[in-house]
Amino acid sequence: MDALDLARWQFGITTVYHFIFVPLTIGLSLLVAVMNTRAVFAKDPVRKDAWTRMTKFFGSMLIVNFGIGIATGIVQEFQFGMNWSEYARFVGDVFGAPLALEGLAAFFLESVFLGLWIFGWGKLPEKIHLLTIWAVALGTTLSAYFIIAANSFMQHPVGATLNPETGRAELDPSQGSILAVLSNVTALAAFPHVVSGAWLVAGAFLTGVASWHMVRHHNRARALGLETAEGQEHHLAARDLFRPTVRFGVIAMCISAVVLVVSGDAQAKLMFEQQPMKMASAEAHCDTSTDVPFSILTVGGPDAFSTDCSGVTHLIEVPYVTSILATNDPHAELQGVDDLNAQYKEQFGETATDIHGNEVAVDYRPNLFVTYWSFRLMMGLAAFSGVLALWALWATRGRGENARTTGSRLFQWFAVLAIPMPFLANAAGWVFTEIGRQPWVVHPNPLDPTVRLMTMQGVSNHPGWMVLTSLVAFTLVYGVLAVLWFQMMRKAALKGVPLAQRDPETDELDTPTLSFDY
Amino acid sequence: MEPLLEATWLQALWFALIAVFFLGYFVLEGFDFGVQITVGALWRRGSGTRGTLLKTIGPVWEGNEVWLITGGALLFAAFPEWYATLFSGFYLALLGLLLVLIVRVCAFKWRDKVDDPRWRTAWDAVHVLGGIAPPLLWGVAFSNIVAGVAIDENRWVTSSLLDLLNPFALLGGAVFVLLFWLHGLLYLALKLEQPLRGRVRRLAGIVVWPTIAAGAAFLLWYQLAYSHAAWTWAPLVLAALALIAVVPLNRTGREGLAFAATTAAIAGAVATLFGGLFPYVLPAVNAPANSLTVANASSTEHTLTVMLIALAVLLPIVLAYTIWTYRVFRHRISDDDSPAPGSQLLESAKQGYRNAFEQR
Repeated sequence: MDALDLARWQFGITTVYHFIFVPLTIGLSLLVAVMNTRAVFAKDPVRKDAWTRMTKFFGSMLIVNFGIGIATGIVQEFQFGMNWSEYARFVGDVFGAPLALEGLAAFFLESVFLGLWIFGWGKLPEKIHLLTIWAVALGTTLSAYFIIAANSFMQHPVGATLNPETGRAELDPSQGSILAVLSNVTALAAFPHVVSGAWLVAGAFLTGVASWHMVRHHNRARALGLETAEGQEHHLAARDLFRPTVRFGVIAMCISAVVLVVSGDAQAKLMFEQQPMKMASAEAHCDTSTDVPFSILTVGGPDAFSTDCSGVTHLIEVPYVTSILATNDPHAELQGVDDLNAQYKEQFGETATDIHGNEVAVDYRPNLFVTYWSFRLMMGLAAFSGVLALWALWATRGRGENARTTGSRLFQWFAVLAIPMPFLANAAGWVFTEIGRQPWVVHPNPLDPTVRLMTMQGVSNHPGWMVLTSLVAFTLVYGVLAVLWFQMMRKAALKGVPLAQRDPETDELDTPTLSFDY
Repeated sequence: MEPLLEATWLQALWFALIAVFFLGYFVLEGFDFGVQITVGALWRRGSGTRGTLLKTIGPVWEGNEVWLITGGALLFAAFPEWYATLFSGFYLALLGLLLVLIVRVCAFKWRDKVDDPRWRTAWDAVHVLGGIAPPLLWGVAFSNIVAGVAIDENRWVTSSLLDLLNPFALLGGAVFVLLFWLHGLLYLALKLEQPLRGRVRRLAGIVVWPTIAAGAAFLLWYQLAYSHAAWTWAPLVLAALALIAVVPLNRTGREGLAFAATTAAIAGAVATLFGGLFPYVLPAVNAPANSLTVANASSTEHTLTVMLIALAVLLPIVLAYTIWTYRVFRHRISDDDSPAPGSQLLESAKQGYRNAFEQR
């Protein structure tokens, strides 16, 4: 393992780790804002009570999650300079701008207003207080936009040209400059995909946690008997409190699914144009051909974990689908990995110069095994959410007095199992798009391939032990924090919500205030 | 070849803006560090008091930290070469800083999430570390930036971590810790009710003396040995006078003015350091030709212009809601939940709407 491999591992680990928390923050801040809005504007005291309790319940989990997302985000920003200084020199003129805009437009907004939301209850009038959580939701979503714009420049550089004197990419007014970077078609496709992925994470989280409690209260109510006072309280908790939240989470998942599919399709079509190698290896599509099928299962040849395409055997395939994915034409011709590799060797050279001035042989094929399976994991894991959504809808069917809740242990167990799946799908998506870009850190734009940089040309000049030190340190600290985070999220999720009580005199509910025991 | 010392006005302005962002970070997050150090100083008073101290910065620390995140990103955008050389060159120091900043955030967020005294005590210990280590490392880092490091022709720093821990830098680290601690104590004096208010003021009366001594020694050493400008004597004297003024202001209970004085001292110190660094951003002590300067480390004029427009639009908005937040939470920490000034905003907005659209 040299410094380059270690730096890549570090970027992979810290990025995937960071992106455990980020989608939950992006999605949950929006869903909590919606719940808070329903709490503020509900006319019916039962609904007002339910949404207030739910806002508080999920708000406390949002707070636990928010901090660690920000903390790990600082590492991301510093890492470009620490481990990838030559990359930072090459793209800084372009790449720094969206990062700075993210700080100015999004980070200040979300951080300042989260403080206002947590501590402002009772200090601010209700509607202003409600606006603060909407500001948080806006801030988290905006931050996704700017960072996707930055990443999209690495996938498909626009708005910049290469300055031959300095050898650097520079923002170019004649190419549209920063506006081109921010309206990069790659970013416009990726942004809805990432944000809806975050909604899916939060929707599954909401549905999973609320389903678990709904089943618990349902069964407690049946155990105590619906005619007893306490049994009735549990019955109402299941029916009026957790059932609406389950359904609300399902709605979020459905909206997210539509956006995910549409934006994912748009992304795939762009990718076939902009990064044909990435899509070819996602399909383990070795040789250029027409009528390309979609591969479901492939087994590797002698080098199953490498870039070598020659030994793979496609076991299960769906005809024409990949050609349709790429161009909507079932007979479209798609280039294969090996042909593309030969073509790139001719176009960009058999060798490239590393940061020490040595000529190194270049392979233009990303790791086939990782790209193929991460692409399938990304899509396959999302199926869990589909099953969860349909099952939850069925389990809570009916309206008004006939509104059902369920006591099914199997459903309860599945709902909890389905929570981590969208997280893993998000991680798989990032692994796919970042590994599939290799060997490039800035992938050449097919229309103007001058702005390009290989990963090995972007790394800092560090001895291996130094990068290893930070890799070990981050991994250890991150590991400990992940355990604590999980325990706290679990505790907060299991805590549930105190049963609603009615005042015997006035028959009013004891709706809590939105204060947080910080 | 001679390093380019001819900076354009746009590059000079951006150098000043980077200084302003670090100033914002040090002034705002500085008192957060100081409050966390005070948690250690008043450790024996138990976790209830420690919690009260932390409550004074609870609503605002996170927004304060964004000054660093955004400042770092602006540094990347405006001076990519500076960012790349600095962040790769100060690798191990920054690694330590990052690790502390991460656990510090968790200490804020998680301290009160588990009702167990051992849990809280453990996070309070992290708070103390999170209050002392970052100023120390920032002090070391900035001392080395202004004094210069060894840089080769590829613009890679060749100084090791041990080279960075030289006497001048260690003194700088001590000054940052003391100055932020004093700053935090005076913030606490503004935010607490008696009897804690009296305690922190007495503590401030003690801490101010070593701060004056170390601060004067550090800035004089810098001005005489490393500064590239004579005009920085002015902010240096301002910083010294402001620190000395803390003594009577704190004694007579002029808490607001005392806090303003440490703010002025931090501003004076930042102006002295950055002013004396210009037109360099990272001097090379081994070969002056390898130095990074405002002129040779910056982005293109076009990028600087674009970022300046973005900053001109966005920064006033950020400042507006930040100031509003401090107004909302301007009251001393007690159990009184009185509505804050924000409550009149909605009323006046409604009134304005009615005045504009009412059918007369």
